[in-house]
Amino acid sequence: MKLENLKQNLQSLLGEKLVRISEHAGQLTAEIRPGNWLEAARILHDAPALRFEQLTDLCGMDLSAYGDGRWKGARFCVVTHLLSVSNNQRVRLKVFPADDDFPMVDSVSGIWSGANWFEREAFDLYGVIFNGHPDLRRILSDYGFIGHPFRKDFPLSGNVEMRYDPEQRRVIYQPVTVEPRELTPRIVREEGYGG
Amino acid sequence: MADIRNYTLNFGPQHPSAHGVLRMVLELDGEVVQRADPHIGLLHRATEKLAEHKTFLQAMPYMDRLDYVSMMCNEHAYVMATERLLGIEVPVRAQYIRVMFDEITRILNHLLWLGAHGLDIGAMTMFLYTFREREDLMDIYEAVSGARLHAAYYRPGGVYRDLPDSMPLYEASKMKVHNAQQVAAMNDNRHGSMLDFIEDFTNRFPACVDEYETLLTDNRIWKQRTVGIGVVTPERAMAMGLTGPMLRGSGVAWDLRKKQPYEVYDRVDFDIPVGVNGDCYDRYLVRMEEMRQANRIIKQCVAWLRKNPGPVITDNHKVAPPSRVGMKQNMEELIHHFKLFTEGMHVPEGEVYAAVEHPKGEFGIYLVSDGANKPYRMKIRAPGFSHMSAMDEMARGHMIADVVALMGTFDIVFGEIDR
Repeated sequence: MKLENLKQNLQSLLGEKLVRISEHAGQLTAEIRPGNWLEAARILHDAPALRFEQLTDLCGMDLSAYGDGRWKGARFCVVTHLLSVSNNQRVRLKVFPADDDFPMVDSVSGIWSGANWFEREAFDLYGVIFNGHPDLRRILSDYGFIGHPFRKDFPLSGNVEMRYDPEQRRVIYQPVTVEPRELTPRIVREEGYGG
Repeated sequence: MADIRNYTLNFGPQHPSAHGVLRMVLELDGEVVQRADPHIGLLHRATEKLAEHKTFLQAMPYMDRLDYVSMMCNEHAYVMATERLLGIEVPVRAQYIRVMFDEITRILNHLLWLGAHGLDIGAMTMFLYTFREREDLMDIYEAVSGARLHAAYYRPGGVYRDLPDSMPLYEASKMKVHNAQQVAAMNDNRHGSMLDFIEDFTNRFPACVDEYETLLTDNRIWKQRTVGIGVVTPERAMAMGLTGPMLRGSGVAWDLRKKQPYEVYDRVDFDIPVGVNGDCYDRYLVRMEEMRQANRIIKQCVAWLRKNPGPVITDNHKVAPPSRVGMKQNMEELIHHFKLFTEGMHVPEGEVYAAVEHPKGEFGIYLVSDGANKPYRMKIRAPGFSHMSAMDEMARGHMIADVVALMGTFDIVFGEIDR
């Protein structure tokens, strides 16, 4: 009932900015057009029926390996979880940056200042650029790190490793010597497998 | 008149009150902080990426290693997310056990927070007192899961096993540290079942909280270090993404256990303390009261668990393993067991966000599955990450020494911030 209300409110207030809205496991997911992201965020924050005062979480996602290549849309996605303390409701928002080679969306850190670090993290790990972010630096990876480690084409064991070199008497980077191995293979089973 | 210049000070990562590995670049005007720039990530282990390469069950023990002082609460968020995607029911007894251990974990976490916060700003004794009670809780952890810290006790569909009927006893040491009489005294409350031991603890604990409060609540030095430090208005607290005691300290009565109840929190009786001024002192008071309330919840869970035996994990063998005896005698269960521990469970396609009221705030797991035996994407929403990002705004205009008080009040653990 409450979810139905929220769904109608989102549809009427966001209108054209909304691509689609879906419900799964009792949670609403709204997909927003990348060009309207900032305006939509402002409405979500300000409209009395929505009043999402808090940005719970913002993260990047790389869909290039989804369902072993079943995914046909844009490669990257920025997923935001919002929470309204006054209306006690949550919503999940998705924005798909149009360009796969240079994914860019507007920064919402001006609306929710808590988004600042989450956006830095998404930039660091996925290489999504947040337009208008005040301080878009890497946050979790090392100083001088190359690449975006959470992209699906980045190997789990990384590209470089660090060791002390007794000859040069300093710490150096070298290509990884770890053999990648997979103990349990990733399997997608067909519908109704095994009863 | 001396020439006054701005200084840039590097704080940590080896500073004792950096709570692990925080490097912070502070821009100072004299002793006043102009800008604080925390450099995090020194403990980054890419837990989320590792989970993408593990089956759903194998990814679970990583949760203990996030916030390593409130292990079971982290597990709780993960198993809840998995269960919602799978659409399975958890037996009521398992729900009560989870709630009980969540609250034990809350006390564990708050005790460490209190000890460390005290230590940071000059109240040495607290650490010794709080670790006395933590020892008993650690023993409970060990008795139920076999590990004092990294429990890996919760499972999708329930908990790993039922509560044990006995507590391990102390033995006389070869070094003759304690004589037989002392050992007998130490074992005094350990002769009954685990629930007896927990009940004994809950009866003792309120007096312990009184002890801590005697040392701190009206202590002049404690108040000088915390009253009026790091004041956050409710509006700013919400905008900065503060949750848990950080938000309640500012007077927002928001607690997921009440507002969006999960498991059996709607069946137990407890109160939500809120602060008034939103400073470090109010957050201290909120957490102290939370310990008392957690104690109250544990008592109710113990009473319920005594009366209601039953299964503690789902009987859906696509998710939870069959019993050992069943596996040895029944072909179908043997196959289930084999499939579950080699290939792992398959979680239907979909995405879900599950959040728990973690001792530090809202701890959430955003889990995306594409139908495989491994998560496609797992995002950990760690409360400490948001709290740390508020450091810059909260530290501005305070003295260097207050930065340490702020870190104490954030209840920082780098395992979850860096992930």
